[in-house]
Amino acid sequence: MELYRLSISEAREMLDKRKITAKELLDSIYQRIEAVEERVKAFITLSKEKAYEMSDASQKQIDSGRSFPLAGIPLAIKDNMCTKGIRTTCSSKILANFIPPYESTATSRLINNGYALLGKTNLDEFAMGSSTENSGFFTTRNPWDIERIPGGSSGGSAAAVAADECIAALGSDTGGSIRQPAALCGVVGLKPTYGRVSRYGLVAFASSLDQIGPITKNVKDSAILLNVISGKDPFDSTSAPAAVPDFTKVLGNEIKGLKIGIPKEYFIKGMDREIEESVKTAIKKLESLGAIPVEISLPHTGYAVAAYYVLATSEASSNLARYDGVKYGFRASALGGGKDLMEMYMNTRAQGFGAEVKRRIMLGTYALSSGYYDAYYKKAQQARTLIKADFEKAFNSVDMIVTPTSPTAAFKSGEKTDDPLQMYLSDIFTISVNLAGIPAISIPCGFTSNNLPIGLQIIGRHFDEETILKAAYAYEQSTNWHKRKPNL
Amino acid sequence: MKYEAVIGLEVHAQMLTDSKIFCGCSTRFGSEPNTQTCPVCIGMPGVLPVLNKKAIEFAAKTGLATDCKISSYSRFARKNYFYPDLPKGYQISQYELPICEHGFIEIVVDSEIKRIGITRIHMEEDAGKNIHESASGGAGNHSFVDLNRAGVPLMEIVSEPDIRSPKEAAEYMKKLRAILRYLGVCDGNMEQGSLRCDANVSIRPVGQKEYGTRAEVKNINSFKFVEKALEYEIKRQIKVLEEGGKIIQETRLWDSNKGITESMRGKEEAHDYRYFPEPDLVPITVEQKWIDEIKASLPELPDAKSKRFASEYGLPEDDADLLTSEKALAEWFEEAVKAGGHPKAAANWMMGELMRLLNEENKFIEECRLKPKQLVGMLKLMDKGTISGKIAKVVFEEMYKTGKDAESIVKEKGLVQISDEGAIEKAVDEVIAKNPKEVERFKAGDEKLLGFFVGQIMKFTKGKANPRIVNEMVKKRLT
Repeated sequence: MELYRLSISEAREMLDKRKITAKELLDSIYQRIEAVEERVKAFITLSKEKAYEMSDASQKQIDSGRSFPLAGIPLAIKDNMCTKGIRTTCSSKILANFIPPYESTATSRLINNGYALLGKTNLDEFAMGSSTENSGFFTTRNPWDIERIPGGSSGGSAAAVAADECIAALGSDTGGSIRQPAALCGVVGLKPTYGRVSRYGLVAFASSLDQIGPITKNVKDSAILLNVISGKDPFDSTSAPAAVPDFTKVLGNEIKGLKIGIPKEYFIKGMDREIEESVKTAIKKLESLGAIPVEISLPHTGYAVAAYYVLATSEASSNLARYDGVKYGFRASALGGGKDLMEMYMNTRAQGFGAEVKRRIMLGTYALSSGYYDAYYKKAQQARTLIKADFEKAFNSVDMIVTPTSPTAAFKSGEKTDDPLQMYLSDIFTISVNLAGIPAISIPCGFTSNNLPIGLQIIGRHFDEETILKAAYAYEQSTNWHKRKPNL
Repeated sequence: MKYEAVIGLEVHAQMLTDSKIFCGCSTRFGSEPNTQTCPVCIGMPGVLPVLNKKAIEFAAKTGLATDCKISSYSRFARKNYFYPDLPKGYQISQYELPICEHGFIEIVVDSEIKRIGITRIHMEEDAGKNIHESASGGAGNHSFVDLNRAGVPLMEIVSEPDIRSPKEAAEYMKKLRAILRYLGVCDGNMEQGSLRCDANVSIRPVGQKEYGTRAEVKNINSFKFVEKALEYEIKRQIKVLEEGGKIIQETRLWDSNKGITESMRGKEEAHDYRYFPEPDLVPITVEQKWIDEIKASLPELPDAKSKRFASEYGLPEDDADLLTSEKALAEWFEEAVKAGGHPKAAANWMMGELMRLLNEENKFIEECRLKPKQLVGMLKLMDKGTISGKIAKVVFEEMYKTGKDAESIVKEKGLVQISDEGAIEKAVDEVIAKNPKEVERFKAGDEKLLGFFVGQIMKFTKGKANPRIVNEMVKKRLT
């Protein structure tokens, strides 16, 4: 039996019923990694020793009759979440040697629930990108076609899930970084409400937008992981005190009578026909399950990409200032280090950061500069407020909003690397959700004629992950897209 | 032309919280470098600040004590700049929406009360310290960073440009320091850097309304330099203008060795701090109820205490001001009065001998071994005539040094005043016999010599003779 193909809930059952051991499951996954990783290149670091240690401990728990939701479940973690004692690089040369002396809150909640850390997955450097081509180390390949990119920035996590190199994974989403790669890799990706999951230990890109979430083989697994990682954290002031329900409870409930908003601004001329058709067919499917489609308008959608690239880069320019060669991480060597402090700073950052990170630091620095602040940062905040209000208004009349996750399926490596603006548009359907701070999930809803996955995005109200999980689950259970596997 | 100075002060006060403003590390001063640090105050990747509630409370207390309005909604902002002692590459501070605004402090200058406006009080984190081998006399050219201080909570208290002279600036600093110490929110130690003062200084012809171009004077690192640095800077600016020059807006450093301010010139000034709201912290909202509670918990402040001392104890205003300049001093005084000491006598001994002895040793009254009750014990011995005022000075110093009671010192040292007429008579006889010439002159009408005889007799009795009796006896014997 190919244990590596199991989902969390399947593995849970087999482990608890002693049909398999945690070690057997872990062995199977590391064998799978050995077999396909050369082609997929999802991981920056494998933490085998640590994984077996954690898995052994969980097996003992299971044997003593005290199981936990993730006991013995091997997961992959995006390499921008700090893991104590395990190198955390953010795919950046500037942190290539950084071993955190602390654990992120999200992963410590996984630890408390018995998971085993398989390894740390690749991403665009500091989560800035939509293809993992901005990784400081290498590009991850899309398991459906290794000539193509897996999406980004959580491309390593999405590819690892799609390639069955893990049972599930965590990613982070600032402008679509969970949902877009999930869509491009044919898996499920959930961006929770801002504040639902603690950001403590998540290396910051844009603090007001970043959010950790699950990338899984099916909807139920996303609900299981969300149960574990959610909740107020005293170490993150922006984490919300909102009650955390059991998100698996609503799965299987009817969606009859739920209103689905279809924003006209998301179905525009010139969009990929195959994507449009798949999404429209998916909406029909939801309708056949009893949901009621309603055309809505989110009139300020057109400002989202611009506002996002001002706000996210402004915050990033400040968040990344700490990588200065003084305290930890990379420092330009003694000879190349420069003759004084200023040169040490400049050489360290010039050599340590990649091109896209530098571009965003410069954009953000410019936007916050005196004399430009009002025209850029402040204007962008105003646009953000309007975008938020669009959603609030829409949610007065609908229960969720359905859109494509990405305007295209996976593109070829190198296709957009010379055109950052084209690359930025990969996130055109996902960015507004981050600006509004609301939750959204991407689930598989079809394939292109090239056999590339297409993603459906379902957007929900603040702290109403239950409704979108319920709808996503209902859709998933009535289709077979999630059962297809890439041919690796 | 006659010029007047326009001065505004920016004061940084380290708050006396046990832990840092955004993490749980200790704020203790003087520990081994980098022993009071954690991932948060070192600025490691992915960590987040969590606000210490004590800091809000201390800032609000200070605001209420200076008649500020406490904002129900305020927030933090990031001030971005690169420096090795600033681990995150930005300082978390407050910018657009500070916690306190629109207050004032009253000072007394030339017997007149003057109000100095407080523009704002905001909270921020302190930076660490860079230590350079070359500067500390070492052979190497390395620089080290100590982050123990990084994240220690600060208040920045910004005054309006209401100050018109170095003297007023010094009075303002004294009053502000007293208030901070009364509240227990800052120890006010300028030498150790827990209280720092930067001054914005400009001059203008008397009568002109517009402000002149200002220079910012930094590094005033001791109380005694506040006046000196400002006096120098004002003179410098007058000289520049009188020589037909122009004042440049710049930052100048006070050099206490040379007694001058010097331009900092260069890159370090050309900062664009790129302030923006801190996304890692939620805005601070405070309820009126909480503000009212803080207000009710405020101690009696220097101005109110001084007024009360004057009316309740009948002290002259100057005495009341001096005794209330430090909370501990005022408490010491009141304890003495409670123990039965005469207010004016207690005040005199405190302002005279006690202050002198404390100053000699550079000590605070909290460190004093002499207790108020003991002063009262000594005053009682004086009232009873057991010791003279002159002996009392000896006894006082001994009490101060040893912490022993007056009574036991008097006994041990045999300092009891001699009021026994027989014993004094003996001394009088002796002195008269030894100084026949002076006796002649006195009898011939040179009455000034009375003092000479009394002095000689006191000397003969080692100061122990009751001066009243000596006086009477000398007069009686020689007339």
